[in-house]
Amino acid sequence: MNQWAFVIAAYAVAIIATAGLLALSFRAMRRAEAEAEKLKNRK
Amino acid sequence: MTAKHMHFLANPARFLRIARPATGWLLSVGVVLTAVGVVSGLTFTPPDYLQGETVRIMYIHVPAAWLGMLGWAGIAAAAISQLVWRHPLATVAGRAFAPCGATFAAICLITGSIWGRPTWGTWWEWDGRLTSMLVLFFLYLGYIALAASERERGGEGRLAALFGLVGAINLPIIHYSVLWWRTLHQGESITLTGTTIAPSILWPLPLTMLGFTCLFAAGSLMLMRAQLAQLRIEARIRREARA
Repeated sequence: MNQWAFVIAAYAVAIIATAGLLALSFRAMRRAEAEAEKLKNRK
Repeated sequence: MTAKHMHFLANPARFLRIARPATGWLLSVGVVLTAVGVVSGLTFTPPDYLQGETVRIMYIHVPAAWLGMLGWAGIAAAAISQLVWRHPLATVAGRAFAPCGATFAAICLITGSIWGRPTWGTWWEWDGRLTSMLVLFFLYLGYIALAASERERGGEGRLAALFGLVGAINLPIIHYSVLWWRTLHQGESITLTGTTIAPSILWPLPLTMLGFTCLFAAGSLMLMRAQLAQLRIEARIRREARA
């Protein structure tokens, strides 16, 4: 098999996993902070 | 980070004042450095005389291995801080480092396996370095499950902290595995005193190392902020229920 196929597969794994981790962390942070702010402003 | 800095940041309000702007900066710097390092590693460096093009996997595999180990070192430091000084942020920090460290340990294992196939002729070998890294990944899964179950029961996370401390024994095992068991995985190529890698191939590695480290820090900060907000919500609900 062409060596580039291994290189591309490895980079795809690393980029997708890192982007996924950051996206999930960002979503968790935004959701929790928005909910906390909503509760704080509730009368 | 010194103990003085750690004590200073242990106050959640003070921590959030620094963490809020730091998250965006770390994310931006991390994305730029990683992108520059990855593009340079894929296009501007020559192939290795022995490994050919597959040497380029190094630019993502090495940072992933470093961050997989750094994540557990962070968990162990947070565990000491929690058990000795009872810092309110220590439990939150340990729980935030775990998913980030587990992700990079998994990236290290998968990219290593992909690199191993054309280099060694096998996807996997029960070699000292590979096995101890796999053990680290399973330790992360155990820590995440234990911390979640303690949190559900309203515990302080002391059991998870102890698990984090005991698991740190695996870090020197991973580091020295290539010296203790000389099998498939190569020995140390980069040490504090020098490197055996040619400078023409090596130069994008510091960029991806620093870039992925910034992304790891940004991910950890986001997870810590999520947990702190969650704790504020729970405290508010408890106060309202009592009133």
